[in-house]
Amino acid sequence: MSFFKKLKDKISKKTEDVTTKFKDGLSKTSTAFTEKIETLVLRRKKIDEDFYEELEEILIGADVGVNVVMELIDELRTEVRKRKIEDAVDLQPVLSEKLVELLSGKEDNSLNIQESGLTVILFVGVNGVGKTTTIGKMAHRFNSEGKKVLLAAGDTFRAGAIEQLEVWGDRVGVDVVKQQAGSDPAAVIYDALQAAKKREADILLCDTAGRLQNKTNLMEELNKIYRVIKREVPNAPHEVLLVLDATTGQNALSQAKLFGEKTGVTGLVLTKLDGTAKGGIVVAIRNEMDIPMKFVGLGEQMDDLQEFDSEQFVHALFAGLIKDEEKREVEESVE
Amino acid sequence: MAAFEGLSNRLQNVFGKLKGKGKVSENDVKEAMREVRLALLEADVNFKVVKDFINKVKEKAIGQEVMKSFTPGMVIIDIVNKELTSLMGETHSKLNKSNKPPTVIMMAGLQGAGKTTTTGKLAKYLQKQNHKPLLIAADIYRPAAIKQLQILGEQIDTPVFSLGDKANPVEIAKQGLQQAKENHNDYVIIDTAGRLHIDEDLMNELKDIKETVKPDEVLLVVDSMTGQDAVNVAESFNQQLELTGVVLTKLDGDTRGGAALSVKAVTGKPIKFAAMGEKIDALEPFYPDRMASRILGMGDMLSLIEKAQTNIDEEKAKEMERKMRKAEFTFEDFLEQMEQVRNMGPLDQIMDMMPGMGKMKNMKNLNVDEKQLGRVEAIVRSMTTEEKRKPEILNASRRKRIALGSGTSVKDVNRLLKQFEDMKKMMKQFSTMMGGQGKKGKKPKLGKGFKFPFG
Repeated sequence: MSFFKKLKDKISKKTEDVTTKFKDGLSKTSTAFTEKIETLVLRRKKIDEDFYEELEEILIGADVGVNVVMELIDELRTEVRKRKIEDAVDLQPVLSEKLVELLSGKEDNSLNIQESGLTVILFVGVNGVGKTTTIGKMAHRFNSEGKKVLLAAGDTFRAGAIEQLEVWGDRVGVDVVKQQAGSDPAAVIYDALQAAKKREADILLCDTAGRLQNKTNLMEELNKIYRVIKREVPNAPHEVLLVLDATTGQNALSQAKLFGEKTGVTGLVLTKLDGTAKGGIVVAIRNEMDIPMKFVGLGEQMDDLQEFDSEQFVHALFAGLIKDEEKREVEESVE
Repeated sequence: MAAFEGLSNRLQNVFGKLKGKGKVSENDVKEAMREVRLALLEADVNFKVVKDFINKVKEKAIGQEVMKSFTPGMVIIDIVNKELTSLMGETHSKLNKSNKPPTVIMMAGLQGAGKTTTTGKLAKYLQKQNHKPLLIAADIYRPAAIKQLQILGEQIDTPVFSLGDKANPVEIAKQGLQQAKENHNDYVIIDTAGRLHIDEDLMNELKDIKETVKPDEVLLVVDSMTGQDAVNVAESFNQQLELTGVVLTKLDGDTRGGAALSVKAVTGKPIKFAAMGEKIDALEPFYPDRMASRILGMGDMLSLIEKAQTNIDEEKAKEMERKMRKAEFTFEDFLEQMEQVRNMGPLDQIMDMMPGMGKMKNMKNLNVDEKQLGRVEAIVRSMTTEEKRKPEILNASRRKRIALGSGTSVKDVNRLLKQFEDMKKMMKQFSTMMGGQGKKGKKPKLGKGFKFPFG
């Protein structure tokens, strides 16, 4: 059985519903991407420098990042030499396989939720990536699982941020711990931790103000929040999720690195993947750092936050390629 | 990050072996263009934009003469920079103004680009110029977006028009404009909800608002960290709304901001403002020439090349050379030189730019301290004219006075004097080595202007 068959079988076992969501959310990404690679292979019959260059551009166009792309192209060159491949069509399966390899990871991407007692999840990221919205969606998720959820309004800086979280609290039907705007965020989080313990909440989701990762003072402020959580609850925070905007380019690497240094990021959430952005930066981050993707935001609705599933992701992203691969297999077996 | 090694260093590696060439050959250009291409791609400039750009530069670069003071690398950077600047737009373009107030500005963009914050900042900017803006809260979708604008309005004491989040955004815009006319506000800024450029319903809503209020400015707010997708976003917003300009946000981060180039290239619309910080007054007019060097990852120092050509005028350089040869160099000359160099930008960047210096700096032995420079300047400025011309008259009490006047210690003054003497000696040796008169017609080398008694 081919690699793709296996992948497809695995996916068909998963709920239809989720697969559709992934497909819909990623349809723009996936068609654009696959079409490009297909036309490239069809148009350029021979594998030459121009072929590599165009392939390079397609990948870079998905924000995969220069370094990763260069490595991939080098690997392809070696394969081509080794297997003496001459036609671009014959390279396609090799290429597909390499692409899938890049995206799929073996690490565990489930959240570290405590069996009993409080689980604290801290959300960090630059401005405007969708931290508060992600918290709202996640609160909905945990709430509908029957867990007792509490939100901490740790963004005391941006105008209207506390109100925004409160609206989400109302929508979902969970409480929000807050102080007035401008107060010390670490103090808000401290209050929330005490409240969560007292009310015996299962999950505490901590919002923080967006900040650019090169602002030393603001990053220290975040580090203080992290330390407060660490001190108040053993083994907490159980998750520190870095929220990334799928439209972000190479700067996301710097974000992952610097937020990681200050808050020990344990996972990524990729938001706004329902646009035309490819979110290829995830590949670059995976390549350079050991931080697993945990969730993706695929739309504006409350339930549009999905657990990241690399197989689903790959399937949606390379749907066209996989179909082709199946056809070939069928043809081969007929022969 | 290792990947972000400056383009100048990379080019120097490429051209290390080519020193002393008379002309830039096709092969040199090809090799250099590979590095330039990578630098641009790493900065998130869209690959199509990069391709066009590279082709243009290639044509210009081949056959260029390498000036004596330049390395081939510098020649290429110079061309790349000039092309990049011309692509970004040469000058700052101002906000449109309506002949009949109010001037209507409409903000548009993806979610999280910073529209609401920028609306507040823009109002503050206009206020500083004695205008009376009215803000219209037309983002009815994001929770508390209206509240956010109202808080910003309160902070800067500017009225905000809102009909709550149940009204139609088109109606909100219409009534808001009416109110502005009644209250004689001379500017109106409409904050709209963030939306995906492929969301037809919401894009139509924007079109309707535009039809209704006939804005003088339609500004696309773009996150400067945006990657390759910036072209798609900018293109569709431009097609559907006919933008008049762009605001680049979050530029105070460490992103190289290649999106700026992509957006400019596909829309042809000028970037009018850059948001540079968390505070409400952190909105600045955008200067395209500065952005060019940032994208290339070389700070402001790219312009050094140009400045080196214009700032140190040749007459002065010749005079300086004569003085050096005869060891007549005084503290007055020293100050003058220091100013010339200062005009070019931060010192460590200048060091980077000088052929070969970039590599030395990697060894961490050339850590030029700007503060130290300031102290040196203060010491020299505390001298009388006579003392500057004849440093040998500086006795103990004069030195004490200078130390007091410059806020340093006698020890510092002594050290500077010692270094100054050493430098003079070195110059003398240097000029005898060079054979004194034997360099007629030669252009002064760039390096000449950069001698310092420290560092």
